[in-house]
Amino acid sequence: MATALQLRQQFLDGERNLGEYYHELLNRCEDVNHRLNCLNVVTSELAEATVAQLHSKLTSGRPKGKLFGLPIIVKDNICLKDHPTTCASRILNGFVPPYNATVIDRLLADDAVIIAKANMDEFAMGSSNENSALGLARNPRDLERAPGGSSGGSAAAVAAGLVPLALGSDTGGSVRQPAAFCGVVGLKPTYGAVSRYGLVAFASSLDQIGPLAADVHSAALLFDVIAGHDSRDSTSAQQSLAGAEENLKAGVRGLKIGLPREYFAAGLDAEIAAAITRVADWLKREGAEIREVALPHTKYAVAAYYVVADAEASSNLARYDGVRYGQRAAAHDLLSMYTETRHAGFGAEVKRRIMLGTYVLSSGYYDAYYAKAMKVRRVIMQEMLEALNAVDLLLTPTTPTTAFKLGEKTEDPLAMYLSDIYTVSANLAGLPAISVPCGVDAAKLPIGAQLIGRPFDEPTLFRAAAVIEASSR
Amino acid sequence: MNFEAVIGLEVHAQLLTKSKIFCGCSTTFGQRPNSAACPVCLGLPGALPVLNREAVNMAVKMILAVDGSVGMTSVFARKNYFYPDLPKGYQISQFDRPIGIGGRIAFEDNGVRKQIRLTRIHLEEDAGKSLHPEGHSEDFTRIDVNRCGVPLMEIVSEPEIRSPREAYLYLHALKQIVEHLGICDGNMEEGSLRCDANVSIRPVGETKLGTKTEVKNLNSIRGVEKALRYEIDRQIAIVSSGDRVEQQTLLYSDADGRCYPMRSKEESHDYRYLPDPDLVPLQLTPNWIATVQRELPELPLNRQDRYVHDLALPRYDAEVLTSSPGLALYFEETLAACPDAKLVANWIMTEVLARVKGNAAGIAGFAVEPARLGRLLEMIRSKAITGKIGKELFECMLADARPVEAIVAEKGLAPIADSSDLGGLIDKVIADHPKEVARYRAGQTKLLAFFVGQVMRATGGRADPAVTNELLRSKLAQSE
Ligand SMILES: [Zn+2]
Repeated sequence: MATALQLRQQFLDGERNLGEYYHELLNRCEDVNHRLNCLNVVTSELAEATVAQLHSKLTSGRPKGKLFGLPIIVKDNICLKDHPTTCASRILNGFVPPYNATVIDRLLADDAVIIAKANMDEFAMGSSNENSALGLARNPRDLERAPGGSSGGSAAAVAAGLVPLALGSDTGGSVRQPAAFCGVVGLKPTYGAVSRYGLVAFASSLDQIGPLAADVHSAALLFDVIAGHDSRDSTSAQQSLAGAEENLKAGVRGLKIGLPREYFAAGLDAEIAAAITRVADWLKREGAEIREVALPHTKYAVAAYYVVADAEASSNLARYDGVRYGQRAAAHDLLSMYTETRHAGFGAEVKRRIMLGTYVLSSGYYDAYYAKAMKVRRVIMQEMLEALNAVDLLLTPTTPTTAFKLGEKTEDPLAMYLSDIYTVSANLAGLPAISVPCGVDAAKLPIGAQLIGRPFDEPTLFRAAAVIEASSR
Repeated sequence: MNFEAVIGLEVHAQLLTKSKIFCGCSTTFGQRPNSAACPVCLGLPGALPVLNREAVNMAVKMILAVDGSVGMTSVFARKNYFYPDLPKGYQISQFDRPIGIGGRIAFEDNGVRKQIRLTRIHLEEDAGKSLHPEGHSEDFTRIDVNRCGVPLMEIVSEPEIRSPREAYLYLHALKQIVEHLGICDGNMEEGSLRCDANVSIRPVGETKLGTKTEVKNLNSIRGVEKALRYEIDRQIAIVSSGDRVEQQTLLYSDADGRCYPMRSKEESHDYRYLPDPDLVPLQLTPNWIATVQRELPELPLNRQDRYVHDLALPRYDAEVLTSSPGLALYFEETLAACPDAKLVANWIMTEVLARVKGNAAGIAGFAVEPARLGRLLEMIRSKAITGKIGKELFECMLADARPVEAIVAEKGLAPIADSSDLGGLIDKVIADHPKEVARYRAGQTKLLAFFVGQVMRATGGRADPAVTNELLRSKLAQSE
């Protein structure tokens, strides 16, 4: 399959016909989805209308966007005007946003073609895409395995070769973990680099929309398009961001890269440990300096993460009460209407987290849980920023294991939560992090290497990711 | 046993911003239901709040005006609770780090200066409105979200108010301050100013607080006073009979002047406050505050003091003239054209207010602009016309927008000061009243006023009093 860059060039050069390409692609969506269940809705009409516009742009000689003609799939928690946005939840049944997320506006302004909304864990809560009201998605590398979550549908679609680009959202690793499981590139941008306007909130202080792509260059291209200040999002960064695509080929010579020793402890699959050591060697060979660093508070990250994320989730999900949109249960009084609507509308995992979040915020437990978790969060952030003073990047595994079997962890939420162990720290600290494929295990399942960088230093992440990508080929 | 009341007031003032506190929707009152609503104020999935700087400026104005301290970093928090007219399932408010801390509101109570300290001032968004239409066969509720996101400033007093009268004066002073600052229209009927009261009683001398009740639904300043009087009497009756006051929320009914308990089981709220992760902490700078400080107008009580001390006006006059910023402005602009403060005050309090009352345009739209009134009063002050003529002229000016001088010229109301014009007239008056002339010449000089009156009557009040006096005196002194 052509990379995003090649595909765009083929459209511009007239080597490939837009109409024919999309006719074929939209047909393929059905086949791929039949196997993987990675799409919640195929937006054929929107795609066809966009293609028609691009066609006339092609012949008129007007300037062409960075994503000209490129097909893209967006996670179903990103609002697309006049199309259902489900978050893979029954409670949003029938909800059609009358507005676009800022990232959608930016994609369209740069001539991308949105062809589908991707399947996901309900409200982005999960690590396997098994918590979807629309059914689980499958990993194209092995249909019996999870594509990872919660952006599993987006990652699977890219891995299946359906599209070169997709958008996911990452609250605790939801872009990087499925990227690692499916063998694609996934970036969690610096908090504030990409507008959250129109992203249905899970945990607002952690959520960030990020690109998933078949290759590093495509991911950088997509990041450059979606990043930048948005006056509609108060947490959106004011500063101008350096282009990630420009210096992609700059290499890693002179970069200092840290290996946090806490990320290589018990629980890590030996094959993954070996793969990451190999990655370190590649980077060293290309001129980077590798050193070990210590991040002793890492062991508290998962606990702090689940307290903070669930607290915010319990508040963010309060609006789904059946009063204004979505489905409403029939009931005789207000309280039963709320409880029946939420009982029928939310899945088990979402309910579990709402209850956890409500508990840690309640006045009697606030200090013991939420306030303490926020303190831990600050310590972790401080510790990581200090480490990143000494080194330019941190290199870690993305996940402790490769893609696990569907159903393997659904009965054990705690085991499921631990699959985010290497990714949550970057969210707590607001740092950018990328997962890039770096090989496969004995079962031919993809392994992801994670790079964590300084705030707004995505360009350096992409430089190192490009080196890993080139070395692993 | 003698009891004293312990009262704390929570006042919600709707800020006069053009748009809502977290989105661009209009705040105009009385729009078609649900017409002023966008994804943000509806809390649609993915929509995010963006703070309106105008609302912040208004809150800072208030904090500076009441000598509170501005929280340089304040935090917006979510107050979580379920209610159908609360679209997000939480209200964005300020909790442990409000924008304003402390301050005081001062007022005069029968010549005694009092002040009530403030606990805090914070910003928050309003919720929507649930409408329960009556007379329908089916039970249903309608929701109007137009109010959702309307900016409110909550002013919380310390429980230092000791009587319904003090509560009345406190609220009156607070209302005048927000009106003078131009940050709230002070209209309690339309809900622009809302008040909840916390009330308890205790034996005089006791320092411990009694069980308090919260009285809601107070929609006029008089209503607050009446509701408090009722509630205090009720609590005293309970305690005096040996019972205990139950902690509860009461609704005041304007119709019968009584308080009724609200559903009590819904009161034990755990709001689960959470710093709103969608809004970064509000960071103010000394520069920002200095800019607001420069825009700060004079406060009503300071203005009153100035009128009393610098203009030698009675306190009552000063209070009336500062009862609205528009009236104070009218007074001061009139004063610029006529420096006799008492004269100006009298005219405004009688002639002007009588005509402005009940007029929708109010003082700002009053037909006689302050400069024109000032010139009229200046003519009276300099005795260019008499007060009587002045009132006639004022009547004309209500319908005639020209400068007072033009009207005077046209109506021939200019005073007669020319001794040749007045001479003949005075001769006639003297000739017509021989008896009075004789008495005057016999020493009853007080009769001069009688002759002046005659001349005034003959000239329709236009005779210059000074010239008339002079001429009469000299003519009466001559013997025939
Ligand atoms: Zn709005």
